[in-house]
Amino acid sequence: MKGMIENMDMVRGHILCCGGTGCTSSGSELIIKEMEKQLAEYGLDKEFKIIKTGCFGLCALGPIIVVYPEGAFYSRVEVGDIKEIVEEHLLKGRIVKRLLYQETINEEDNTIKSLNETNFYAKQMRIALRNCGVIDPENIEEYIASDGYKALGKVLTEMTREEVIDEILKSGLRGRGGGGFPTGLKWKFTYAAEGDQKYVACNADEGDPGAFMDRSVLEGDPHSVIEAMAIAAYAIGANQGFIYIRAEYPIAVNRLQIAIDQAREYGLLGKNIFETGFDFDLEIRLGAGAFVCGEETALMTSIEGKRGEPRPRPPFPANKGLWAKPTMLNNVETYANIPVIINKGADWFNTIGTEKSKGTKVFALGGKINNTGLVEVPMGTTLREIIEDIGGGVPNGKKFKAAQTGGPSGGCIPASLIDTPIDYDSLMAIGSMMGSGGLIVMDEDNCMVDIAKFFLEFTVDESCGKCAPCRIGTKRLLEILTKITDGKGTMEDLDKLEELCLSIKNGALCGLGQTAPNPVLSTLHYFRDEYVAHVKDKTCPAGVCKALSKYVIDPEKCKGCSLCARQCPVNAITGKVKEPFVIDQDKCIKCGACQAACKFGAIDKK
Amino acid sequence: MKSLAELEAIRQKVSHGVNMRKDDHATRIVVGMATCGIAAGARPVMNAFVEEIAKRNLEHVSVVQTGCIGMCRLEPIVEVMVPGEEKVTYIKMTPEKAQKVVAEHIVNGRPVKEYIVGEND
Repeated sequence: MKGMIENMDMVRGHILCCGGTGCTSSGSELIIKEMEKQLAEYGLDKEFKIIKTGCFGLCALGPIIVVYPEGAFYSRVEVGDIKEIVEEHLLKGRIVKRLLYQETINEEDNTIKSLNETNFYAKQMRIALRNCGVIDPENIEEYIASDGYKALGKVLTEMTREEVIDEILKSGLRGRGGGGFPTGLKWKFTYAAEGDQKYVACNADEGDPGAFMDRSVLEGDPHSVIEAMAIAAYAIGANQGFIYIRAEYPIAVNRLQIAIDQAREYGLLGKNIFETGFDFDLEIRLGAGAFVCGEETALMTSIEGKRGEPRPRPPFPANKGLWAKPTMLNNVETYANIPVIINKGADWFNTIGTEKSKGTKVFALGGKINNTGLVEVPMGTTLREIIEDIGGGVPNGKKFKAAQTGGPSGGCIPASLIDTPIDYDSLMAIGSMMGSGGLIVMDEDNCMVDIAKFFLEFTVDESCGKCAPCRIGTKRLLEILTKITDGKGTMEDLDKLEELCLSIKNGALCGLGQTAPNPVLSTLHYFRDEYVAHVKDKTCPAGVCKALSKYVIDPEKCKGCSLCARQCPVNAITGKVKEPFVIDQDKCIKCGACQAACKFGAIDKK
Repeated sequence: MKSLAELEAIRQKVSHGVNMRKDDHATRIVVGMATCGIAAGARPVMNAFVEEIAKRNLEHVSVVQTGCIGMCRLEPIVEVMVPGEEKVTYIKMTPEKAQKVVAEHIVNGRPVKEYIVGEND
């Protein structure tokens, strides 16, 4: 056993720097380097320890640094700020207030509030993300210190395989990848399946546009997934596991590999774990980023080294999965819940959430929202709480129009349904779905037809082409949508759209095709008036669809400065200096350069 | 990994460090670390607290620093805040005194009278 952090006890403070994808891309690596340099310069490098953690969730405010024991939460830190933090806070004990996350400053007495009291964190409950932003994901001992591998020890030494499955069944946990199938049942079926060899697998092929939940769990707490897979393997009788993750997630892949190596070194993977005779090992399989490989049968085909295409079910993977052996596939977030359920008990877990959806759900909050980031809330939290309280509302005083959940498989929830409690069944009931947890917020400037078109473009690109309803059907859907946004649609097109959607849903081979029409169906249902406006009035109410919008110069406001004409890339604007200019609509390509250039606000988009 | 005991040993060894990051520190030891405090020797005092607490593996105790309290002539000044009890202010601290404060006050709950402000200034 190596004493990886033997000096840790002697330090008086921890500096947590976010090393998640969001903060890394806004420069946290440089900040960490500068911090190391400054600590050494002030002779504080023995007193403080820098810990590179996973995602804190508040990606909009990155890069984030948190200094303990004070719990000072610094946001939007720049390299130039580090010297001040070291000299003022670390050396002299004066917290640098100007860099603090404003929400953590108590205005009455100018003291610092605990993070958990801020709006962003107060309504959250972090189970799957419990260690993200708290521990160093590249250090197994920090995971162990946070009760890591205790659940694995418990199941191996104290519980029978049946007891483990019963506990998961009783917890009411459902698959977090989107489908919402009861996890315990999946375990039970694979346990009961006959086969000389069984496998467990982890679906980390997160591909929805705007979703980064699983990525963040793997980057911030990879050991929780490894531990859970070992528990699952014990329960169903497997000794080999595979994690299928896309190569586009380099930080996650790297940390996962480090974690697997450390677990092997500590004897938590390999032969005879906890001297109970239980053997289990794990391998990473990299995917090339095809969306369809998130579908379970396509994923397994891809792990086998073949082209990632789905196949009809049954037989289900529980009976015939990898190499035709019984295989149990769960999603990253589902696994991340398992150790907590074992440690705290199913009876604790199933008090959280709603009647049919237990526990919490992680959402990647994006789009037109102030606090872009990663949040975890109990099931049954309303959309309003997520958007207004945790998310901090829609920026620039714009009006909330709709939220899109479930990515290309989900639907849009209109503002009128903002008080819907979020769980599997209530989302299904309003024509959307939980999906893996992407939550994209849209305001009045978003055109719903354009949104539907965006998701269809995605599914057309990602359709594997194996079955006709998906390959041909989604292409035709996209063509009709394009026709409508070009202002050439007819009312019959709307009916055709609906009919085609339903036949694709019924006819497609796998989940990708079966759910691909959802964005169209739900926008057609809740925002039909917008479709009608595109078709009948030939206008785009949100002013997004280029073919239906035009730029016009207001002759009252125009001073004739000619700035717009000089900016126009296609010379569509003409006029005499000091007299109002005019845009030639036939030449205009609607790029908006003139509007951006006008100093008098004389150019309107209609 | 051979046994649960081995796992628990690692957990014990590291948990103090990780616990620092959780928001439930019951007891706070606040060391005055302004120019006056540092000049009077607050840094070794603070390090003595940190080491002593680590040595005794005390959980839920955190050592934090603060600025000048205003009684510069009595530095190094250390305040000990135990929840539910009145704040105790120690003055003219040294590393040896710090060890005693941890042993007597933090562990046994008996403030060390002779170091308290007002008792011996």
